[in-house]
Amino acid sequence: MTISVNPPTTDPVPLQIGPDDYIRISAIAAVPEPFRRLEEVAKLIDVSKCIGCKACQSACTEWNELHPPVEENVGVYENPHDLLPDVFTLMRYTEWINPETENLEWLIRKDGCMHCAEPGCLMACPSPGAIVQYSNGVVDFIHDKCIGCGYCIKGCPFNIPRVSKVDHKAYKCTLCSDRIAVGQGPACAKACPTKAIVFGTKEEMKRHAATRIGDLKSRGYDKAGLYDPEGVGGTHVMYVLHHADQPHIYAGLPDKPEISPVVKTWKGISRYLGLGMIAGVIAATAAHALFIGSSRVRKRDETEARSALREADREA
Amino acid sequence: MKRKSDLKYNSYEKSDTIRRGRSVRVDRYTVAVRINHWIGAFCMILLAVTGLSLYWPPFFFITSLFGGGQVVRTIHPWIGVVMFISFFCLFFRMWRLNIWENSDLKWIFQIKDVLTGKEEKLPEIGKYNFGQKCIFWAMSLGLAVLVITGTMIWQAYFAGYFSIETQRYALVIHSVVAVCLIAVWIFHMYAVYWIRGSLGAMTRGKVSGGFAWRHHRKWYRAMLKAGKID
Repeated sequence: MTISVNPPTTDPVPLQIGPDDYIRISAIAAVPEPFRRLEEVAKLIDVSKCIGCKACQSACTEWNELHPPVEENVGVYENPHDLLPDVFTLMRYTEWINPETENLEWLIRKDGCMHCAEPGCLMACPSPGAIVQYSNGVVDFIHDKCIGCGYCIKGCPFNIPRVSKVDHKAYKCTLCSDRIAVGQGPACAKACPTKAIVFGTKEEMKRHAATRIGDLKSRGYDKAGLYDPEGVGGTHVMYVLHHADQPHIYAGLPDKPEISPVVKTWKGISRYLGLGMIAGVIAATAAHALFIGSSRVRKRDETEARSALREADREA
Repeated sequence: MKRKSDLKYNSYEKSDTIRRGRSVRVDRYTVAVRINHWIGAFCMILLAVTGLSLYWPPFFFITSLFGGGQVVRTIHPWIGVVMFISFFCLFFRMWRLNIWENSDLKWIFQIKDVLTGKEEKLPEIGKYNFGQKCIFWAMSLGLAVLVITGTMIWQAYFAGYFSIETQRYALVIHSVVAVCLIAVWIFHMYAVYWIRGSLGAMTRGKVSGGFAWRHHRKWYRAMLKAGKID
């Protein structure tokens, strides 16, 4: 007798992306060239269309089976108060008075991983394979290999990853890589009621953004533009901003994000200097051992020590 | 009478004693100091190995020896705490005999004689020569920096109290200072091979009279003068 369970409603779909599509792997310098290149994807978030309903946040929580803590209402719209290991995306609200028009503008931005083309988290990660980048641009954390050191937090120019106090692993938005792998868009994009979040190939998204920016410009937002910052090689999560000349007004979105030069120094020249210093000391001591050798106590030293002791005894 | 002036009352430690016998022996380190030294040495090895495994990916395989990256990430800071406490005790015992003396300047100028083992040409040296003092202070200052910066990047407990930019600086300083200390430590270990007879000081706490006479004559004379003889 077989136990009756719900039968599958669709045929299983073969995964469309996988480890063969990695183009970057943390702590591994030489990643073999993948046998195929996926088309680059992007999520476009049109800030001007967002109504701040948090459907994306809910969809994200549900799809990823997250359990964000229940917090107290402290009189702000952000809920929870910040990105957390269990909160991959967060609506951030800013009340901004436009100095030109003196109008209050309510700026709402969906915060989360930007999926940088040059990811700082991946550069900083010490554990081989814990952070990977697919050729479609998705940057993903492989939690089996995460050691919880928090280096990704230091590497990230956007302050996104969070390390869990429970399992000591880092978490962030996956761009729903598991959904993309079966040909679906991210959960947040699917849930968005105003189509402020759209998902597709990066080229499509850029074209779509251009029409949106044209529309905004025609309605008086002459500084409207696309946020796809060059400092990190472009991102696979992009924003349409009505004030693209000053991204920081959107709850501190970095104006010119880049991997911190401190992190680059740490991962770059400091290692070579350090290795050089250790090698130098080893070489110097080896040379000393080889050409000069050890210093031994001679018989005369022992005799002189003894006679000094005798002399001291005599004086006493 | 010149000798009297440069013999400071604190040029030896209370426990340092010359012991008579067929061959003269000198007590250099107490049991407590030696145990502490070996705790520190053991911690240093573990810290260097675990630290390097997180610094250079080619060394990441070392984490397997400890049970994986998560284990290394967990234990590294705790070993650091043990080392810090252990070294703290040594520091308060030793710092007085490691302060600058004018004869150290001469020692620096005659570094060639030091390296080639012509110690008869050098000024008489107290319990620690200038090289040993440098190692002592490098370790003291370096460890202090490592403890402070290490706390700032201790993800499980304290990292959240510091801004990310501060943590970035802490990380690079922690790495660079740690590598410097590893270099100092390698040299420190070489000195055991170089200066024969010093291993006994670390294990049994004693050196021969000849060793004290050859390498630390001012210390030896100070003990004779003070009657620290048994």
